[in-house]
Amino acid sequence: MTEKLQLVVSNRRHFILGATAAATLLSLPKLGFAEDNGWKAAMEGLVGSSEADANRVSIELPEIAENGNTVPFSVAVESPMTDEDHVKAVHVFATGNPRPDIGSFMFTPANGVADASSRMRLGRTQDIVAVAEMSNGQVFMATQTVKVTIGGCGG
Amino acid sequence: MAKVKPRVKVPKKASVGDVVTIKTLISHKMETGLRKDKETGELIPRDIISAFEAKFNGATVFSMNLHAGISANPFVSFPMKVTEAGEFEFIWNADGEKTYSKKAKLKVA
Repeated sequence: MTEKLQLVVSNRRHFILGATAAATLLSLPKLGFAEDNGWKAAMEGLVGSSEADANRVSIELPEIAENGNTVPFSVAVESPMTDEDHVKAVHVFATGNPRPDIGSFMFTPANGVADASSRMRLGRTQDIVAVAEMSNGQVFMATQTVKVTIGGCGG
Repeated sequence: MAKVKPRVKVPKKASVGDVVTIKTLISHKMETGLRKDKETGELIPRDIISAFEAKFNGATVFSMNLHAGISANPFVSFPMKVTEAGEFEFIWNADGEKTYSKKAKLKVA
């Protein structure tokens, strides 16, 4: 009798666990990213949050990168770049690389405009995230998908 | 390792008020630390350029933190609003406390 009761209880517990897991899975696509290689934690570590308005910052990448070893990219932020109002930094993250960090550009008002480029390594097709940190503490972000034909993470 | 060679491209002349683009490139393998030696199976230690800094007349105007996700022979370009003639100094810091630098003059027309 007690055995049977325990079985029922454990089944119910399993059901609740299963239901929670299913709900978590269902809610994932809402975030826009099905994957997280730690880029959110990396972003939180740099700007204090993993969410920001999609505004003012843009990231330019080839739509299809044939060689993931060297993918040119540039970031730009709309800003007057004055002492009072300028872009402090733009951080770039790869959401599908073994490590999320790509690089951080640190601007000063002496730059005149906030626009910089470099080249990154991409292991596979994924989303790239650019996060802009403004001098007044505001944070903006942009994402861009890039298709990678041959991955560039060595090994 | 092959010799590390920094290269920079600064416009020879510019007018006050112009925004010019400065291009820099340094030959470096940017070893990620994730790759394994094919023969021994051991991880190849990380060896990357981790920081770049551009100074103009002694003041930092632009800097960058680089991670293993930046390609070999890292290329970096950034803008600069011309206010006066002067000299750029570019500094790259690599793992193992290695530093490379290069200078370039900017003339004002």
